[in-house]
Amino acid sequence: MLQDKDRIFRNLYGFHDWRLAGARARGAWDGTKGLIEKGHDWIINEVKASGLRGRGGAGFPTGLKWSFMPKNDPRPSYLVINADESEPGSCKDREIMRHDPHLLIEGALLASFAMRAHTCFIYVRGEFIRERERLQAAVDEAYDAKLIGKNNDNGWDFDVVVHHGAGAYICGEETALIESIEGKKGMPRLKPPFPANVGLYGAPTTVNNVESIAVVPDILRRGGAWFASLGKPNNTGTKLFQISGHVKYPCVVEEEMGIPLRELIDKHCGGVTGGWDNLLCAIPGGSSMPMIPAEQCNDLTMDFDALAKLKSGLGTAAVIVMDKSTDIIKAIARIAYFYKHESCGQCTPCREGTGWMFRVLERMQRGEAEMREIDLLYNVSKQVEGHTICALGDAAAWPVQGLLRNYRHVIEERIKANRAAVKEAAE
Amino acid sequence: MAVRRLYPEQPLSFAFTPENLAWAKREIGKYPAGKEASAVLALLWRAQEQEGWTTEPAIRAIADMLGMAYIRVLEVATFYTMFQLAPVGKVAHLQVCGTTPCMLRGSEALIEMCKDRIAEHPHELSTDGNFSWEEVECLGCCANAPVVQIGKDTFEDLDPELFDRLLYDLRAGKPVKPGSQTGRRASCPAGGPTTLTGDAKRGAEKV
Repeated sequence: MLQDKDRIFRNLYGFHDWRLAGARARGAWDGTKGLIEKGHDWIINEVKASGLRGRGGAGFPTGLKWSFMPKNDPRPSYLVINADESEPGSCKDREIMRHDPHLLIEGALLASFAMRAHTCFIYVRGEFIRERERLQAAVDEAYDAKLIGKNNDNGWDFDVVVHHGAGAYICGEETALIESIEGKKGMPRLKPPFPANVGLYGAPTTVNNVESIAVVPDILRRGGAWFASLGKPNNTGTKLFQISGHVKYPCVVEEEMGIPLRELIDKHCGGVTGGWDNLLCAIPGGSSMPMIPAEQCNDLTMDFDALAKLKSGLGTAAVIVMDKSTDIIKAIARIAYFYKHESCGQCTPCREGTGWMFRVLERMQRGEAEMREIDLLYNVSKQVEGHTICALGDAAAWPVQGLLRNYRHVIEERIKANRAAVKEAAE
Repeated sequence: MAVRRLYPEQPLSFAFTPENLAWAKREIGKYPAGKEASAVLALLWRAQEQEGWTTEPAIRAIADMLGMAYIRVLEVATFYTMFQLAPVGKVAHLQVCGTTPCMLRGSEALIEMCKDRIAEHPHELSTDGNFSWEEVECLGCCANAPVVQIGKDTFEDLDPELFDRLLYDLRAGKPVKPGSQTGRRASCPAGGPTTLTGDAKRGAEKV
């Protein structure tokens, strides 16, 4: 188990002061100027050495992403921080913004410096109103203390703009987020060109998750090697895990990457309701990831590579636990409804497919479907997956495919039971 | 995608209050010259806070302020689901999260209570006009499910009994306390913290 001294988010639950004074006592804004004096490349190399992989879901190496930014470009460069945390199950960035906002602001300065950006936009989801107010208050404190702003004490001119959305999941997709900041509907752009070349306002832009940025100051202060020594090879460091659903004590907790799922649930969440044997399945990384049935959960470790091997993924490390009382078809139908609701409507396979999949699943939940529709549903999900501009189509298809792969027998039994009931009623 | 249209009965005009107008100008000033459209979400949101819902005159007025075509702002107002295109309850508009993590912990019961106590359909006003409700998609408080958002605040860790009390207090005009309704701290395990039990200050490991 991760020791407290290796935790980055030392005020995760808000037991302590979130303001500048409290954050400083916990080590934030300590020697920031010295880190900046070591140069752009030193920061990027240190983040590369730490092995940090993006915490927003895709797990792309953060240092490598930063190195894609053009160096001698006449256009301004931008850092955009994605705080549009909307994936069902995810609730970690909220804790960072309301309880440790200065880690994020300091990280934003360091990351922007590394990429030669002077402006950072933080895109907070619209529903996080109190979190946005808290973050803005922390930004104002940092300006007043001359930690950021023009001619600040850290020696790199830097502005932070706290921007907000208004209730669209799709704006968590990086190009949709950029469109949204520009004042448009959040419809994803075709890539290429990638944001590093043509991003916000047509300028080079890097979009990073809140957690990816907030861990940077500690990585730089304590060294990339420290971060790399935690977790597992290629899956290094610490991670905020969020456990929801059927556990005794749902919570957010910082743990080492690669922690066994069972240890995570038993140590921090008081176990699955009704005990470990009552586990039906777990969704390991937010609603878009296919579920892992209980028999594969026994010695499952929570890291990018182990979960990818099981055709699922770590995503945002948002674990949704379901016990044996769960109607699994209904649970996945509700996720399908979510994606139907949140499809931006730009690509036909997603706009039409998400609604179609939801309607079929809703019937299957009641058993009012034909056996052949199970294969048909799988085929349609395959026609949505990979045929859209952004990954929302994939995100909508994967949980459905996970259901069909693991619980096909449940659907078949329900159809049979419904047929028998209808037949009985007719007789 | 959801079909969202403007409400048939619209007020005749819209104007920001002087304070909100000054705030709006500051907000526009945060973005580079020529990129004023970036402030559209912030301005629409402030207009909704002022009026209670998003009206057509407000959409037009904001388009004029930002130099945008009316249709562009209308697109934004109908795309983003937090803009209420019809009047909502005067005392409270309850946004009940119904997505899977909340559903697993009992949000369906809360929705039934809304149907029973407020109005049969979402976005419909209660008979006294004081309340309305809707089912929303994930509010991002999954470790504190089930969750209801009212205005700026979230009410977390609800069950039918706690929700009943919340509805009663709102109706009686009593003060309500946002956050976890069971009294736990943020998303800390309800059984007590399993981590960060010592002093938060960094000691020996400081570099």
